[in-house]
Amino acid sequence: MKKIGTFFILTILFTAQLFAQDNLMSLFNEPPQTVYTEASFKITRIVLGQSIVNPGKGNLIFVIQHHFGYVNQGAYDFFGLDQATIRLGFEYGITNWLMIGVGRSSYGKTYDGNLKVKILRQSTGKRVMPVSISYFGSLGINTLRQQDKTIDYYFTNRLTFLNQILIARKFNRRISLQLTPSLIHRNLVATPQIDNNTWALGGGGRFLLTKHTSIDAEYFYLLSKKTAANYHNSFSIGFNIETGGHVFQVYVSNSQGIIGQNFIPGSIGDWLKGDVLIGFNITRTFVLKKPKEFRK
Amino acid sequence: MKKIILFVFILLIANTSFAQRYLSKTGSISFYSDAPLEKIEAQNHQVNCALDTKSGFFVVKILMRSFIFEKALMQEHFNEDYVESDKFPNAFFKGKIVNLKDINFSKPGIYSAVIEGQMTIHGITRPVKAKGTFTISKNGILARAKFPLKIGNYGISIPDVLTGKIATEVEISTNIYLKPLK
Repeated sequence: MKKIGTFFILTILFTAQLFAQDNLMSLFNEPPQTVYTEASFKITRIVLGQSIVNPGKGNLIFVIQHHFGYVNQGAYDFFGLDQATIRLGFEYGITNWLMIGVGRSSYGKTYDGNLKVKILRQSTGKRVMPVSISYFGSLGINTLRQQDKTIDYYFTNRLTFLNQILIARKFNRRISLQLTPSLIHRNLVATPQIDNNTWALGGGGRFLLTKHTSIDAEYFYLLSKKTAANYHNSFSIGFNIETGGHVFQVYVSNSQGIIGQNFIPGSIGDWLKGDVLIGFNITRTFVLKKPKEFRK
Repeated sequence: MKKIILFVFILLIANTSFAQRYLSKTGSISFYSDAPLEKIEAQNHQVNCALDTKSGFFVVKILMRSFIFEKALMQEHFNEDYVESDKFPNAFFKGKIVNLKDINFSKPGIYSAVIEGQMTIHGITRPVKAKGTFTISKNGILARAKFPLKIGNYGISIPDVLTGKIATEVEISTNIYLKPLK
């Protein structure tokens, strides 16, 4: 009886100790917080098009985007590797919700300036928001020399505009999907058979294979009938590898152009005929401005 | 037997009701690792901590998403890939001051302390022992400690491409100012 009594007391004392610690924990009594969903995609683009991701405040992303020629051109062109379209670009996070970018692509010798603004952020907890929404806008300036000197050619003829609303949801750790309604306006188009205003609906997503690799795909469906009759919908699928500050993307696509104004309404490649090219992106993130806690 | 139980309960009630408790919701914890390729440092200034000076119980609760890194990408990888903050939002420490009798909480001064307890990170609990100091002043207690932590013990794996880039042992520093709870 005595032994049982001692055991009993010891048990009570031990549980009392745990209880007392939990009791101390209950002092924290934290109000529910809003947890914002992060890292819906690894980088600021899904494949060619923009993703919902912005660079962090004070972070600069340098991107090299490279497209080879179509692989079905055969051995003479070394399966497209003899040809190249390239874009160099910078993207900078002024704040966590505002990105500005510049770039220059060899396709149409196009300079571009762009911005991406976060409007809504997906969140759980105190404030629940099912999706993230951003706006992406881009201005392109084609700088090819004028071929036909006999006609008046205004500077404004060179301008192209892209407006996109990005609506994304990270369903779980692995799967994120994005819808991208897009409007492209080109001040000058090649023939009257092509729309100046082209509407398109983009859809894209990523599937995380491991913590550092993913499969990403993207499709733009042309809604404007005249453009759709003359061009193909853009489809790209690729493999991403992230190693700390770098993200490497290798993909196949039917689009030669690299910025939205060029590839969404202007893809001449037909997947079914094998007009597919190999492309890759290399991005590197630099911290230009450290968080205030780390400034010395 | 009933008397014993009654006695224990009275003891417990007495123990908790007269205990002196201290609390902080803005404690600082930082960790640091110096690997050949990359120095990693993170700070958290929203740490919850409570101390019961009578029993010597010392508990800490850390919201993992509150860690701030120099590089935004590092912070993202920390939350997404390593500690998996969506599944395990908090880290906990539940411990006790081992040398409680050496510390006089009513007399200002600097006292060295040894704390032993259980640390829970990434859903895994391991025993931890740390040496530190309590600086006791009229208005509160400053708890400081520095101790190493092996992240591999907590099921946090580093991919092969990054081994050598990230150290497997990090140094934890705490700087928590506790105020008496009224």
